[in-house]
Amino acid sequence: MSRRQIILVAALVLAAGAIPFLVSDYRTFQFTLTLVYAIALLGLNLLTGYNGQISLGHGAFYAIGAYTAAILMDQYGMPYWATLPFAALVCLVAGFLFGLPALRLEGLYLALATFALGVSLPALLKYHHLEKWTGGVQGIVINKPDPPFGLPINPDQWLYLFTLAVAVLMFVLAWNLLRGRIGRAMIAIRDQHIAAEAMGINTAMVKSLAFGVSAMYTGVAGALGAIAIQYVAPDSFNIFVSIVFLVGIVIGGLASISGAIYGALFIQFVPNIADEISRAAPWAIFGVFLLVFVYLMPMGVAGAVRMALARLARKAQNRSQST
Amino acid sequence: MIDPIAAGALLRVEGVGVRFGGIVALDGVSFDVEAGRIVGLIGPNGAGKTTLFNCLSRLYECGSGDILFNGVSLLQVPKHGIAALGIGRTFQNLALFRTMTVLDNIMVGHHCRTHSGFFVNSLRLPAVTHEERATLEKAKSLVRFLGLEAVAGARVADLPFGTQKRVELARALAAEPKLLLLDEPASGLNHEEVGDLGTLIKEIRDRFGLTVLLVEHHMSLVMSISDRVVALNFGRKIAEGTPAEVQAHPEVIQAYLGGAH
Ligand SMILES: Nc1ncnc2c1ncn2[C@@H]1O[C@H](COP(=O)(O)OP(=O)(O)O)[C@@H](O)[C@H]1O
Ligand SMILES: [Mg+2]
Repeated sequence: MSRRQIILVAALVLAAGAIPFLVSDYRTFQFTLTLVYAIALLGLNLLTGYNGQISLGHGAFYAIGAYTAAILMDQYGMPYWATLPFAALVCLVAGFLFGLPALRLEGLYLALATFALGVSLPALLKYHHLEKWTGGVQGIVINKPDPPFGLPINPDQWLYLFTLAVAVLMFVLAWNLLRGRIGRAMIAIRDQHIAAEAMGINTAMVKSLAFGVSAMYTGVAGALGAIAIQYVAPDSFNIFVSIVFLVGIVIGGLASISGAIYGALFIQFVPNIADEISRAAPWAIFGVFLLVFVYLMPMGVAGAVRMALARLARKAQNRSQST
Repeated sequence: MIDPIAAGALLRVEGVGVRFGGIVALDGVSFDVEAGRIVGLIGPNGAGKTTLFNCLSRLYECGSGDILFNGVSLLQVPKHGIAALGIGRTFQNLALFRTMTVLDNIMVGHHCRTHSGFFVNSLRLPAVTHEERATLEKAKSLVRFLGLEAVAGARVADLPFGTQKRVELARALAAEPKLLLLDEPASGLNHEEVGDLGTLIKEIRDRFGLTVLLVEHHMSLVMSISDRVVALNFGRKIAEGTPAEVQAHPEVIQAYLGGAH
């Protein structure tokens, strides 16, 4: 990143930090969820966009992260912030372990295997032998965290800022990972796995670790989402969550870090807009939005932004040459 | 200069056999490659040349025989361990990372000479920065050596075939191999470019002190730069010797005439 880009990103983060002081508490809550989804989508994009492993079941890791946080707070009285590393670790291990057998699967078969994971998890969460922890169909209610150090802000504002801080950290870590040796290896495997292996990349190891890291991101998002919504229940983690995540990374832009943010804005706000346009058939409106986006921006929003910026730069160059 | 006798064979192929169902792709092929040499591997289409390369890269399992590199059997080495041992290659039908830039492709070539993992990379610790700088330097020097400066930032998929072949060569060299396997590097090149390629291969051998095993259909190229030539037909070795000896070998002449019918 150039100096200018760093300044731009810093300005954007500052602007994002101002949001809760400019909009209503309800909107603030919506933006908190947007950040949560951005982290989840970044995780899925690491796996599917960068490493070429398709997942139709990331909602499962989102759920595992959410339940890890909820159970630790509910059963063990752990403070909300302390649950994040645990959610991260549990999902890292779960993702890695799932990624190992998934090594044998490619393309649509991997899609099916991950779909199986996503579709079966809600049932597991309802399983009566686990009810003691999971609360069964009832789920778990958790308390909204108060702002620390007597800060003069309300809990919604605090939760937004806390989530923003975690999101910034997660994005920086992902950016670091992707811009170096491991990021190149992940993309190389996606582009040409035979050549990648011949270049000395341990593709099995990189792919399963990518699965783990991806699940870790989505799990942290799940934990933050549970804290924000103050409630977890099996049916809020149905297969639709996984599908919506996949929609988010494609609309936002595959293999793009900023795409995770665009995708999160889409999956958070477009259903609301659709609902306002037509109460009778919101999903039809959502479908129309989806088609329009896919048609107008075949490389996702991030791809469209990239092309628009490139065109602007070219124009500026032409102008400076002609004068 | 490396003394070939004192150095011994860098590569020893011992009775390697490979079958695909009913097809015998390689049938007890044996030969040695001495360090510092350019060895040509010829034979009509389907003779088993690429299959042999794929055994050397461990992409295919040998059904029988053994392959020794520096005296160590390759059959115990995992696929991703071959590059680090010092065997680099290019592919007959390009196998580049198509969405990546030329520079990034070459940097991936250096993967086997670097070690940082997921954790230190995500923290971008100083060791990572250091390693990245070295990798970038390496890649840039190869970009200069192969005259790829003008396209270094371009996506590989957008480049002409001949340029992509150069990128593959650069990527292979970035792994700092001792043995370089080139699978039909001249295919798709015009007459003049083939001549330049011959000069380039020799220059690479001398400059990087490596050994080359060259699969090629352009006989003029193989015969002019190879120290030795091995000829295959239907998976069997039919001749081995100096370029002149192999060219004059009746079975080789027969194989090529037969292939033309
Ligand atoms: N993966 C494979 N599966 C089945 N048959 C193969 C495979 N690879 C090579 N062969 C067969 O092995 C024989 C040798 O092929 P190859 O090594 O590509 O020849 P060459 O490179 O000398 O033209 C051919 O008959 C080819 O069809
Ligand atoms: Mg071949």
